[in-house]
Amino acid sequence: MTTVKEGPARQSGNGTIPVVRPQLPRWAPLLVAGWALAVAVLLMIFLGWGLVGTGATAGLVYLVALPLWSSAVEGGRKAKDRFATGLMWLAFVVAMLPLVTLVWQVLSNGLPVISGQFLTYNMRNVVGEGGGIYHAIMGTVIITLWATLISVPVGVLAAIYLVEYGEEKKLARAVTFLVDVMTGIPSIVAGLFAYALFVIFFGPGVRMGFGGSVALSVLMIPIVVRATEEMLKLVPNELREASYALGVPKWRTVTKVVLPTAMAGIITGVMLAVARVAGETAPLLIIAGDTDSDNFNAFAERMATLPVFIYYSYTQPGVPPEFGQARAWGAALVLITIVMLLNLTARAVSKYFAPKTGR
Amino acid sequence: MLALAGVAIFLGLEGLPAITASSEQLGADNVVLYVWPLLFGTILAALLALLVAAPLSIALALVISHYAPRRMARPIGYVVDLLAAVPSVVYGLWGIQFFGPRLVPLYEWLEDHLGFLPFFEGPASSTGRTILTASLVLAIMALPIITAICREVFAQTPVLEQEAALALGATRWEMIRLTVLPYSRSGIVSAIMLGLGRALGETMAVAMVLSATGVVTFNLISSVNPSTIAANVALKFPEATGIQVNILIFSGLVLFLVTFLVNFLGRWIGARGQVKGAR
Repeated sequence: MTTVKEGPARQSGNGTIPVVRPQLPRWAPLLVAGWALAVAVLLMIFLGWGLVGTGATAGLVYLVALPLWSSAVEGGRKAKDRFATGLMWLAFVVAMLPLVTLVWQVLSNGLPVISGQFLTYNMRNVVGEGGGIYHAIMGTVIITLWATLISVPVGVLAAIYLVEYGEEKKLARAVTFLVDVMTGIPSIVAGLFAYALFVIFFGPGVRMGFGGSVALSVLMIPIVVRATEEMLKLVPNELREASYALGVPKWRTVTKVVLPTAMAGIITGVMLAVARVAGETAPLLIIAGDTDSDNFNAFAERMATLPVFIYYSYTQPGVPPEFGQARAWGAALVLITIVMLLNLTARAVSKYFAPKTGR
Repeated sequence: MLALAGVAIFLGLEGLPAITASSEQLGADNVVLYVWPLLFGTILAALLALLVAAPLSIALALVISHYAPRRMARPIGYVVDLLAAVPSVVYGLWGIQFFGPRLVPLYEWLEDHLGFLPFFEGPASSTGRTILTASLVLAIMALPIITAICREVFAQTPVLEQEAALALGATRWEMIRLTVLPYSRSGIVSAIMLGLGRALGETMAVAMVLSATGVVTFNLISSVNPSTIAANVALKFPEATGIQVNILIFSGLVLFLVTFLVNFLGRWIGARGQVKGAR
């Protein structure tokens, strides 16, 4: 093995002992990776394997070969380290695969469908080709807006209570705990809750957009509370104390000093919550239903939303099924674009308008 | 703020009439018999998903916190967060059209070579819409949550301890095994519990991917699959009337209780770990 670097030697008692243990060169992992890939590609050519099989073989060959070489040269401990490193990166690649294929699938299937007509028409009396998702986009926007209107005041006020007034009281701790648990409520249970609530007032079989908003706000409130709480805790205590020192009452301090300082962070949290909630399907499937026409009144009748539209277009595409499925992909692309835009804007807001903490 | 507590309590109160209504009109035995296969499917799918997701996401979190160069770690973190932002219905679409069919050869291979195990008894499904596919999709969805929490916990490991380990001549893996993992054990467990909560309650992906028949079986690759509570509600609710609605709400309550328990345990373990770490 000519690649082994000999460490500087030192004279001692009866001969030379290397101070530095022999090490593989820095490019050894790359070499082995290329080698493993070559073996896998050869196998693919001769045995006719698919891409996935080839990738898996390459990974396995790498995981076996590099530690073996390393243990021959560097000893068992280093070999174990190399094995662990390889395993980590392999896991990383495996975890990234779904995202890459998902984005690719949505883009390749969704892009051909997007057109002016697709974005501005509804599905009333459409059989086969044509039609659009205007009604679903509007439904999503209206329902999400109502959900935001409900959950932002509740969420922000709850967070203010927790941070500014709670101070380790029993009630505050109980609310914190409930919020934590509410974060984990399955979305479908939120939908069932909204349904059960509205059945009391409107009788069985109720479907309305506002019910969807209530269900979504059940999911949204805990996220808003968490985010706002974090932001309020970041507000430096000196600001509050300075305000108190000037004789400003507590409620004015909160509204004029604490909230403006934390505003950017709160907006970010709200936008992330909206992004999370806009893609929810299950509760809307239950309480908001689906329809083919425009319905801009959240308080009456069924209302189409993008996720539910995707679900129904794919599972009940009609005859022939191709057009319905194509519409599902198109709607998926639109939905993902909306959610990603919200996410990115939220991050941009938090980056550019971040509160100047004294850190 | 009291509204919050009110909402949580209301949810319980709204579920309760459904229990009494359904059990009186159907007989308690029937309701239990109705929910049991669904509960079984829910837990089976979620556990399978975690079996895949937990090691993957711990490794992913380690990559982000300790292996990747600083400049790469931030974008990777963003990408994982984006993975969490993809709506579940899109995962379902992807699972049914792209992922499921790709898995069919694997299932056939499993049936041929590992058919003696009860899990892979077959006959292999030809559409790939099996409980294993559903669990894998669930695993992908639970992955970002577990990763995000693990990442935070790993990042909290005291730097001094890590540097001390390295200074004593430990390799990077030994450093992680001796300082990072013991320090964050309770955090990892709590992250996995929260991921389990997500996987248990996930609806749309399962409803779309799984071709459910509602039986109790450990056969993972056939076209006869147990359904899950959430998927069952999503599939049946739009057409349900009268007493069926009550039964579905009851099954939703069962699901709520299970996820509540799991989340409760997760938070509790996490909180206990934090106290230990503060000392």
